[in-house]
Amino acid sequence: MRLDKTEISLGLIALACVLFGFVSPGWLIFLLTIALAKALVVQGVVMQMRSGLVSFGQGLFYCIGGYTVGMGGQFFGIHDAIAALSLGMFVAIVVAMLLGLLLTRYREIFFAMLSLAFSMILFGILVKSQELGSTDGFNVHDWTLFGWAPEAGAGSQHTVFTMTVVSGLIVAVLIHRYTKAGIGVICEAVRENEVRVEYLGLSPRWLLYGNYVAAAAVSALGGGLTALATGHVDPEMAYWTTSGEFVFIALLGGLGHVAAPFIAAIVFSFVRTYAIEFVPHTWQMILGFTLLAVIIFLPKGLWSLVSREKTGERA
Amino acid sequence: MKNNKSKFSKYLVSGVAALALAAGAAGSASAAENGKFRVGIVTFLSGPAAGPFGVPSANAAKVLVEELNKGNLPAPYDKIGINGAEIEAVIIDEAGGATKQVEEYRNLVQRQKVDAVIGYVSSGDCLAIAPVAEELKTFTIAYDCGTPRLFADNPDAQYMFRTGLDASVDNIGAVRYLAATRPNVTRLAGIQQNYSWGQDSWADFTAAASALLPEAEVVEEQFPKIYQGQYGAEISALSVKRPEIVHSSFWGGDMEALVLQANARGLLEDATGLLTCGEASFATYKDQAPNGMIIGARGPFGQFAPDNELNTWFEGVYQNAYDLEPVYPATKMAQAILGLKYAAENAGVADKEIPSAEQLAAAMKGATFESVSGTVEMARGNGHQAMQGITYGEYHYEDGVASIKNAVSFDGECVTPPEGVAAADWIADGFPGAKCN
Repeated sequence: MRLDKTEISLGLIALACVLFGFVSPGWLIFLLTIALAKALVVQGVVMQMRSGLVSFGQGLFYCIGGYTVGMGGQFFGIHDAIAALSLGMFVAIVVAMLLGLLLTRYREIFFAMLSLAFSMILFGILVKSQELGSTDGFNVHDWTLFGWAPEAGAGSQHTVFTMTVVSGLIVAVLIHRYTKAGIGVICEAVRENEVRVEYLGLSPRWLLYGNYVAAAAVSALGGGLTALATGHVDPEMAYWTTSGEFVFIALLGGLGHVAAPFIAAIVFSFVRTYAIEFVPHTWQMILGFTLLAVIIFLPKGLWSLVSREKTGERA
Repeated sequence: MKNNKSKFSKYLVSGVAALALAAGAAGSASAAENGKFRVGIVTFLSGPAAGPFGVPSANAAKVLVEELNKGNLPAPYDKIGINGAEIEAVIIDEAGGATKQVEEYRNLVQRQKVDAVIGYVSSGDCLAIAPVAEELKTFTIAYDCGTPRLFADNPDAQYMFRTGLDASVDNIGAVRYLAATRPNVTRLAGIQQNYSWGQDSWADFTAAASALLPEAEVVEEQFPKIYQGQYGAEISALSVKRPEIVHSSFWGGDMEALVLQANARGLLEDATGLLTCGEASFATYKDQAPNGMIIGARGPFGQFAPDNELNTWFEGVYQNAYDLEPVYPATKMAQAILGLKYAAENAGVADKEIPSAEQLAAAMKGATFESVSGTVEMARGNGHQAMQGITYGEYHYEDGVASIKNAVSFDGECVTPPEGVAAADWIADGFPGAKCN
């Protein structure tokens, strides 16, 4: 397997992040863990944006990932983090395979609204499930890693952080290869002109279907990691504002590069946490102005700061 | 292409490094050890819960901290600040869900280095924060959230306390009030927001009613979704069943909308409304709520707070500062701050010294302290949960003045399940061991 330069630098950054985790304060590790886990969900959104579909319901799979990890530990005795995360991805894939059959028939606003509808259906079901704590949700604890239980506190925090960085790296490399491969490039062609793609002898619908299912799996992984890090899941994970946040971060980063969602998620978390600290009454306005500024001055997202010289080339 | 790629990675590395450095620098800057007692105050500053709960609570915290720092409180809280150390309040917004609150809680403790945290209106946030408080070993007081699961799910809590009452007390108290003032009611109905709070409230209310009002039957229940705002269909459904009592755990804008609409449609003329959180909008009903509507304050708070020196003083400064009487969330916030002050000053440390979380927790556990709502006993949840009585009364509005009539109070032991007994079991067994006045 030959690694290209992007992959090598991603690997180095991941390594730096893990090492950085040992010297940084707890709040920063937590913030980065959540930001990177959310970035995985955003990767799912971006994957679909590249093929022209905006999902306003990615919270569905984020929530499925989180709740599967939580319920696995609480009700089915699945305490191994890797097993729980894999199960979450599996459940998300199964759900996405079913929903995808319907959703991939729709485009644009119809896809956006339908995806949102499905995530709100899950929200509604969870709110009505009193065994699952309704809107209060429930705690996720006592997880292990290959039979080893990290000590509570800093130990488990580091473990989740490392797991998140490693998952992020694996997903980033896979997505990077996917976008560079022929099939990934076709995704953009689907966005530009679906009819032409069909004339090329390819089925845009099944392409979008595969893309949708893969995005679901990545998002569920992000949700599961968030659940492990936070130690709590609640139906808010499937609420439309959560999905909206993922779209926000996706727009903030842009579609230019596989690293963009990670950078955008980290920037978003920092802007938000300091906005809450310094202007507790109007922090939402700061976030709003940030997005507005990005849309006006950097229509291709934060990544265009990096790739500015590349104008004319394919993003 | 190759050149560009390596340029990317350079930018990438330097970007991440710069962010990390900036964060580290900012972190150490705010971690100044200035000898002040830093308290994190978390409540809703935005969203639907801000108006009725968050803003009055934050206002109460601000005015109380200001006065404490001047040493203006009546005894036994006349010492400056907390244990002689000036208080510095860090107020943050509770909006945004449990994941974000866990993140912000960690930021408060680890970046802002607060000595204690007071906050949380939402039960979901309380449940998410409780294990984190234990993990970070930080003295934390939940001042308002109502879930009975807080200490049931965290039986070994050491650092988490709650100075407010749990929601089952509200509904047991409501039924006791009906049994005391209207023992002959037969037709009960309810309208609740369809989420944990409404579901749990209704379950407790109906269970208690079947024990204490054996002749009453539930004729209708409605669960509209939260923040719905328009209740025409639900009000019609309730009206046709001709209930005598309409119980609701609605709060905030939903509650005001319900009262307004139900009153206009005549439902509240034929039936008596019973609003467990009704006192929070005491100042805004004016003549839009019918006289005789039963309201509660989730304990002896707000309008139902007793006439003691502390409360008279607190109402005075609050009124001076905001030109409003404090509603129950404001009283509850004041109670939590006084609880913290009590714990710090009885932790056995020297003057102006800030006690550790362990010392605070040891002083608070099982303590009995004076508050704006009277005497608070930390007598449940292994010494972590406050036990107090509850008062209900009727709203009356005449000549531009709102008042409470026919208030009846019930002792803590009358409405609180004994230690270690779940409210549902206690109600089902017919309230064994309840001591009522």
